[in-house]
Amino acid sequence: MAWLNVGLLEDIPRLGSRLLVSEKGNIALFRSSSDQVFAVQDRCPHKGGVLSQGIVHGCKVTCPLHSWIIDLAAGEAVAPDVGHVKKFAVKVENESVFLDLP
Amino acid sequence: MKSQREKLVCIGNGMAGIRTLEELLKLDSDSYDITVFGAEPHNNYNRILLSPVLAGEKNFTDIILNDDNWYAENNITLYKGHTVTEINRIKRLVITKSGESVPYDRLLIATGSNAFIIPVPGHQLQGVVGFRDVKDVDVMLEYAARGGHAVVIGGGLLGLEAANGLMKQGMSVSVVHVTDVLMNNQLDQVAANLLQTELEKRGVQFLLSAQTEMILGEESVTGVRFKDGREVAANLVVMAVGIRPNIELAKRANLYCERGIVVSDTLQSYDPRIYAVGECAQHRGLAYGLVAPLFEQAKVCANHLAKYGIARYEGSVTSTKLKVTGIDLFSAGDFLGNDQTEEIVFKDAQRNIYKKLVIEDNRIKGAVMYGDTMDGSWYFQLMRDATDITAFRENILFGKAHVGDAGHGEVNQIASLPDDAEICGCNGVCKKTIVNAITGQGLFTLDEVRKYTKASASCGSCTGLVEQILANTVGDYSTAPHKKSLCSCTDFTHDEVRKAIRKEGIADIFALMQVLNWKTPDGCATCRPALNYYLLCEFPGTYQDDPQSRFINERAHANIQKDGTYSVVPRIWGGLTSPKELRAIADVAEKYHVPTVKITGGQRIDLLGVKKEDLPKMWADLNAQGMVSGHAYGKSLRTVKTCVGSQWCRFGTQTAMSMGIELEKITWGSWTPHKFKMAVSGCPRNCAEATIKDFGVVGVESGWELHIGGNGGVKIRGTDLLCKVKTDEEVVEYCTAFMQLYRQEAHYLERTAPWIERVGLAYVKQKIVDDESGRKRLAAAFIESQHYAQTDPWAECVAQPMAFKPLAVLKEEIA
Ligand SMILES: Cc1cc2nc3c(=O)[nH]c(=O)nc-3n(C[C@H](O)[C@H](O)[C@H](O)COP(=O)(O)OP(=O)(O)OC[C@H]3O[C@@H](n4cnc5c(N)ncnc54)[C@H](O)[C@@H]3O)c2cc1C
Ligand code: HEM
Ligand code: SF4
Ligand code: FES
Repeated sequence: MAWLNVGLLEDIPRLGSRLLVSEKGNIALFRSSSDQVFAVQDRCPHKGGVLSQGIVHGCKVTCPLHSWIIDLAAGEAVAPDVGHVKKFAVKVENESVFLDLP
Repeated sequence: MKSQREKLVCIGNGMAGIRTLEELLKLDSDSYDITVFGAEPHNNYNRILLSPVLAGEKNFTDIILNDDNWYAENNITLYKGHTVTEINRIKRLVITKSGESVPYDRLLIATGSNAFIIPVPGHQLQGVVGFRDVKDVDVMLEYAARGGHAVVIGGGLLGLEAANGLMKQGMSVSVVHVTDVLMNNQLDQVAANLLQTELEKRGVQFLLSAQTEMILGEESVTGVRFKDGREVAANLVVMAVGIRPNIELAKRANLYCERGIVVSDTLQSYDPRIYAVGECAQHRGLAYGLVAPLFEQAKVCANHLAKYGIARYEGSVTSTKLKVTGIDLFSAGDFLGNDQTEEIVFKDAQRNIYKKLVIEDNRIKGAVMYGDTMDGSWYFQLMRDATDITAFRENILFGKAHVGDAGHGEVNQIASLPDDAEICGCNGVCKKTIVNAITGQGLFTLDEVRKYTKASASCGSCTGLVEQILANTVGDYSTAPHKKSLCSCTDFTHDEVRKAIRKEGIADIFALMQVLNWKTPDGCATCRPALNYYLLCEFPGTYQDDPQSRFINERAHANIQKDGTYSVVPRIWGGLTSPKELRAIADVAEKYHVPTVKITGGQRIDLLGVKKEDLPKMWADLNAQGMVSGHAYGKSLRTVKTCVGSQWCRFGTQTAMSMGIELEKITWGSWTPHKFKMAVSGCPRNCAEATIKDFGVVGVESGWELHIGGNGGVKIRGTDLLCKVKTDEEVVEYCTAFMQLYRQEAHYLERTAPWIERVGLAYVKQKIVDDESGRKRLAAAFIESQHYAQTDPWAECVAQPMAFKPLAVLKEEIA
């Protein structure tokens, strides 16, 4: 495990998201209304929509392109749609967000 | 834990009972230990499809709704083939014929109906059957295998479906009916005659105005005799004269019954532990005999069983279709009319088409259609919503045919379409995909099909087709919901939510959700933007706009493109620009390597393919040259197109350009339920295409004509004329008043055209044209809200560009 400090929790809006640019593709960080943070690859399993730009509700995000709903905790599209999105481990310590890049 | 669960017992393993359990399990799968008793030795099946089974078009296995696994997975104890004979309300026990006894905390009675067998002499002979369950169908098939003649007593829906099936199975068939109008509960004389002629062509014989006196035979049936002395030979007699709610059991338990078990709006009987749903229940004086009402009852009953207690059943409006292949027939509501009503009738004897609408007070009260039922569900929806039809009354009988961009209007026999026929053009869904989803996932309603296949989930013009596929695949459930909730997070409608906002005065989305008992913690991508808009409209000065409840286009103030880049459209007032502005646009296009520069249909310039992090910089550069956002991305005022008008044009009567600029300066920045477009033409030649805009202004010698409710797009709609005015000041006043009325009363994501069709042009005219002080108040409210709305979103974002940058850039070496 290599935890990487990627920024402050307060810089991610509640029920919103921020982007991490990485060489292996962009990663979307989401913050729920109860301050849970999720990190997934910023590519919708449907047609590659940018999930970071969707509306966040519960621990889910609705893709802005064709409204698939992605469960961020599970890394899976919500039924009836089927699709998988890569998850990354994240934790929040002392108001900072840490990401584990494999 | 287990011991604390309450015991729920359901008597009746049929459509209403099991549907209630399904609805309950969706809400709460934990609170009850569930036991089901069913007199039939089968799992729950789709009773309405017994007709196609009889006709040999389906097998019994095709129509099973819940297999053994379903009961097992949901921990339901099922007693198949067990008839309940006693309910002991004091000990709270249910006792069966074979002596089982099971305790309950709550009891659900869903015993359906029995076929009514007229007690004439001979009714107990072999070969006399009702038409109610698989057992009856088996008996009929057994007789049909031997050929011969069948007499069906009863010329209603069931009787005709039975006659059709028996004929398909090779019997000759006579239908006997007491009056001279077939299906007299659903049809008027004209439609009934058309139907009779068609069925006669297929070989069915009819004996009308005939009263059965006795059934002849020693042991088995040999014939039927009528009161007027006529006699017909018969090997099989099917009694299809009606149904009687099955309330024996309830009566014996001393539950209060009239025609059915009397229930309240929460489907509770006089003993509040005991609920009744389906055909055995009587609600507000009515016992229903169709499935659509039962499904509505099931929802409410489940809601109450799950102890939510927020739903009420208020009765149903029903419609009927006949399930005889090749015959299209539809009937709904008060199809006969009375002296208060008028009729609109269309009849084409050559093509055998007949349509009649019964109208009262410009609203549809009832409908009968024969031969072409394509628009049945549309009329039914207009009827249930009590939509004012004035605006399209003259064309209403031609149907919603102009909906079809792909010629959908031509197709009325969905069954004849090939599997790969595209049904939903928006989402590219073909017929087979829809049929597979319906059968594979066990779907019943339009909403479910939308969710699983996305068919008709976008523009909705294929809704009628999808409903027909549903009807063809699982039978007709008349799926249009009774009242449409805003989304699945709530049971409240758009109008109820807006009313609550006004009443409670809550200017916060999440507080509002709490007060209205939202079912999800923070809503979804459907309701959050709607609530955000409603609050913004209601409290323009005080409501704090919630960017996280806006679609990305409105959050980023630019249109997201399919590759994740954005487009930038600066506002070009009234479509007039200058070398300075053009130079500024050219400069940013070069500086930020914009790959595509496009002149839009709205008389502006679109810069496409911009990276998100470049947006604030580009905006800052454009702002510096005096240009602002064009809101090309928003549910808001888009453009005001103009023609050159009398300032240049030799035909011009009015100054279209300056009028357009003035309107755009006053209205820019306002948020609306859906996008809002305007245009101003200088004379009736109308080069600015003002008559397909939400608000169109056309110059004439004496002043201006004002047109409303037009749009282009999938379903093009020309405007309706609102009125004529003389001065420019009046144009502004009417325009702002109209926008404000639309802002206050339309549903979120409802454009002006469907809104006007829903409330009626007469209503809008009354508010905007007739009521002068009301118009002035609306216009003033609009201007007031513009104080807060007219801030350039670009300038605001330039001031705080954080959200447009990535939080961090991860380099290989740190990772
Ligand atoms: C041939 C046919 C065609 C139809 N076509 C249409 C149509 O096109 N459109 C439409 O909307 N509707 C149609 N209907 C009507 C529709 O099927 C009924 O409205 C619906 O099935 C009623 O549901 P229910 O649960 O109230 O009753 P049922 O589905 O009849 O279920 C009641 C169940 O309770 C069982 N039961 C009764 N008493 C006891 C007891 N004491 N103990 C244990 N179990 C008991 C019965 O055996 C039965 O299985 C049709 C009906 C028939 C027969
Ligand atoms: C119903 C479906 C429609 C959709 C989904 C739609 C979508 C869009 C989108 C996404 C844009 C922005 C392009 C961009 O800048 O990235 C746009 C712009 C535009 N659309 Fe449509 N549109 C629809 C119907 C129409 C119709 C029917 C018309 C005209 C008859 C129309 C006229 C325009 C014009 C003129 C623009 C340029 C906007 C401007 O200059 O502000 N659109 N539309
Ligand atoms: S609408 Fe009339 S005034 Fe305007 S450009 Fe066309 S012809 Fe000229
Ligand atoms: S790309 Fe996400 S829903 Fe289509």
